[in-house]
Amino acid sequence: MPVISYREALRQAMAEELDRDENVIIMGEEVAQFNGAYKVTEGLLEKYGPKRIVDTPISEAGFMGLGIGASMLGIRPVMEFMFWSFSYVAFDQVFNNAASIRYMSGGLINLPIVIRGPANGGTSVGATHSHTPENFIANTPGLKVVCPATPYDAKGLLKSAIRDNDPVYVMENTILYNDKGEVPAEDYLVPLGLADVKREGTDLSIIAHGRAVLTALKAAEILQAEHDVSAEVVDLRSIRPLDVETILNSVRKTHRVLLVEENKPFCGVGAQISHLIQSEAFDELDAPIKRVSAIDAPAIYSMPLEKIQLPDPQRVVRAALSVG
Amino acid sequence: MSTKTATRAAAPKPELEPRAMAALAKHPANAGLTAADKLRLYRDMVRIRRFEERSVQVYQKGKIGGFLHLYIGQEAVAVGAVSLLGEHDHIITAYRDHGHALAVGMSMNECMAELAGKVTGCSKGKGGSMHFFAPDKKYWGGHGIVGGQIPLGAGLAYALKYKGLKGCCIAFMGDGAVNQGAVHEAYNLAALWNLPVIFVIENNKYSMGTSQERSSAGEPLAKRADGYDMAWDMGNGNILYEVREKIAAAMKRAHEESKPTLLEIFTYRYRGHSMSDPDQTYRDKQEIADYRENKDPITLFQKCLQAEGVLDDATLAKIDEEARAEAEASAKFADDSPFPQPEAILQDIYFEEDNRTDQSNVKGRMFFGDSV
Ligand SMILES: Cc1ncc(C[n+]2csc(CCOP(=O)(O)OP(=O)(O)O)c2C)c(N)n1
Ligand SMILES: [Mg+2]
Repeated sequence: MPVISYREALRQAMAEELDRDENVIIMGEEVAQFNGAYKVTEGLLEKYGPKRIVDTPISEAGFMGLGIGASMLGIRPVMEFMFWSFSYVAFDQVFNNAASIRYMSGGLINLPIVIRGPANGGTSVGATHSHTPENFIANTPGLKVVCPATPYDAKGLLKSAIRDNDPVYVMENTILYNDKGEVPAEDYLVPLGLADVKREGTDLSIIAHGRAVLTALKAAEILQAEHDVSAEVVDLRSIRPLDVETILNSVRKTHRVLLVEENKPFCGVGAQISHLIQSEAFDELDAPIKRVSAIDAPAIYSMPLEKIQLPDPQRVVRAALSVG
Repeated sequence: MSTKTATRAAAPKPELEPRAMAALAKHPANAGLTAADKLRLYRDMVRIRRFEERSVQVYQKGKIGGFLHLYIGQEAVAVGAVSLLGEHDHIITAYRDHGHALAVGMSMNECMAELAGKVTGCSKGKGGSMHFFAPDKKYWGGHGIVGGQIPLGAGLAYALKYKGLKGCCIAFMGDGAVNQGAVHEAYNLAALWNLPVIFVIENNKYSMGTSQERSSAGEPLAKRADGYDMAWDMGNGNILYEVREKIAAAMKRAHEESKPTLLEIFTYRYRGHSMSDPDQTYRDKQEIADYRENKDPITLFQKCLQAEGVLDDATLAKIDEEARAEAEASAKFADDSPFPQPEAILQDIYFEEDNRTDQSNVKGRMFFGDSV
C-alpha cells in the first residue's frame, strides 16, 4: 500500500471527490494560488481551475455564510479555515445558520457542506491561534464532527464528509500534516461515527481523538515496555456521531478507562464519554474513570510551558498507572 | 477634507524627491521638530530594523516559537504615528506588532524575551510575538486575529470620550483586514457615535500571498469610509514626515471635533508574511528590490536629514552601532532569562483569582483538571 502524508491523504480525498462530483468546490483563504497556507490544497488550482478552487479574502463570516448558502442549492463546498481559531469570527454563520436551518425549515433544506482545517495546539502560537473547538461543535445538534489522527482516517473520513448531506467538520491538526502512513490507492471510505481500536489491550482502555491518539499510542508502548500494562487505544475518529458500541465493548474488556484529549477539561469531549460509560457500563468499571487533558487555561505561548500544558506520553502513563 | 465631501486624495508619490521632503519638513506637523527630535525619529526606525534583523537570527536558532511577522520596511508608519501621541492618545495594532512596541518605548529586552517565551518578556512569555502589550505606554496590543483589534480601538476611543479626556486611539490594521465584518461594524459605530479614533490601514499590498487586487473590491481602501460619512485620506508610508502630516490632521479631527478618520498609508514589507512563510512566489523579486533600494523609509529619512544638515556621518554610524549593540544585548538578555514556572500556566486568567478584591463575590470552583 502506498505510504503518504496526512496532508497528501487529505489532498487525494479532495481530488477524488472533485473528480467524482462536479458540484464539489474548494474555498478558503490562500487555498488556490498560494497552494494552501499548509499546502493541503497544493496543485488543485492547476488541475481543477479557478471555478472550483476559490481563494477568498480574509472574510470568514462572509465566505462561510456564502458556502452555507451555496450548499442550500446543492453545491458541495469544502470550506477551509486556515486555523480553527479563525473560525470564531464565523461563529454565527456556523451555529445559527449551518446548524439550525434544516431544523427551522422543518427538513425542507439540507446543507451538504464540509468545514475543514487544522487545530494548532503545540506550535507556540499563543492563545488566539491554538483553539480546538471540537467540543463546541459537537455540542451543537445539526453539526457533525470528525477528528482524524492518521493519514488513512484523514482520507477516508474527508471523503465520507464530502458525500454526506449535512454540515460536517473535519478537524485536522497542523502537527499531523507531515505524518506518514499507509493509504490505499483505491477508493475507500471511513464512515462517520465509527471508532477504531488502534491498539488492542486487556488492562486499560485509553480513549482519545485527534493528535491525542498518537500520544496515547506512545504511552501504551511505554506502559507495555516499562510497566507490563496492556493498554488498548480506542480512537474515536468521530465525535458526533459517536461510536458508543466500540467504546463500551472496550470497557467491557478492560474494565478500566483513561480519557485523553488536547482540549480543555471543562465541558470537554471526555466529560461526555465519561458520562456515557458510567451510565451504560457502571458495573463493568473496576475503578473510577481518569482523564488527561490540556491544563485549564488559555494556550500559553512559551514553548516549554506549552509542552507541559498539553498532554504528553509521560503524563498519560502516570495517569494510566493511577487508574485504580 | 470635510466629512461629507471626502474626495479621493492625490495618488501617493512614492518617489518623493528630497525637495518634496523639504516641503513636508515645513508642514506644521513637522515644522516644530528640533534637530534632536528628528534624530530620535531616525533612531527609533533604525532600532526597530536592527531589533527585527536580530530576531531573525534568534528565530533561526529555533529559540522563537510559532510565527514571527516582521515589520521591516514599514517602520516609518509606527514611528511617525507614535511620535505624535500626547498624554491621552493610545494605540492598538495587529500581530505585526514589534515596531509599534519599540516605538512607544518598550525595551528591546522585554520584547526579545517575549519572543523567546521567557518570564522577563513583556507578557511574561505568555503572549509571544503576536501579543505584545504595554498599557502603561498606552499600547493595547498586539492582536492575532485579523481585524479583531479594530472594534477594540473604537472602544478605547469610546472610553476616552466617556471620561471626557481629549485624546484618541490610533487603531492599525493591514490591507487584508479591511474585509473583516467586525472592521466595518467598527467604522459605522465610530462614525455614528463620533468617536475619536483613527483607523490606519497599513497597506503593504499583500495579505499573506494575496495581493490587494485579488482580495478587495474597490480602491482605494480608505474610500470605504464614504459609506459611513467618515473622513478619509491616504499617505505615503515611506516618508516619515508625510505619515506625521496625515496622522496630525486626523488627530486634530479626533481631538477637536471628536470624529473618526480612516487613513490608508502605503507601505511595504520586505520579508515574507512571517518567518515560517517566507514564500515570495506571489510577488516579483524586482518589486521587493525596488522598494528596498529606492523607497526605503529609513534611507529616505536619512537622506532628508543629511540634506537638512541634521545628520552627519559620525552620528549616522553611531546610531546604527548603538542600535545593533542594543539588539545584540537583548538577544543575550533573552537567552539568559529563565522560562516561566509551570504554575504560571494557571495565573493571569481571572483578575479575581489573582487578587481577590472586596467586590469579589465568587464562590465555587474555577479550574478543572485531570482528577476532576
Ligand atoms: C480572522 C483571521 N483569519 C485569518 C488569519 C490568518 N492570517 C494572519 S495574517 C493574515 C494576512 C493579513 O494581511 P494584512 O491584513 O494585509 O496584514 P499584513 O500581514 O500585511 O500586515 C492572515 C490571513 C487570522 N490571523 N485571523
Ligand atoms: Mg498587508
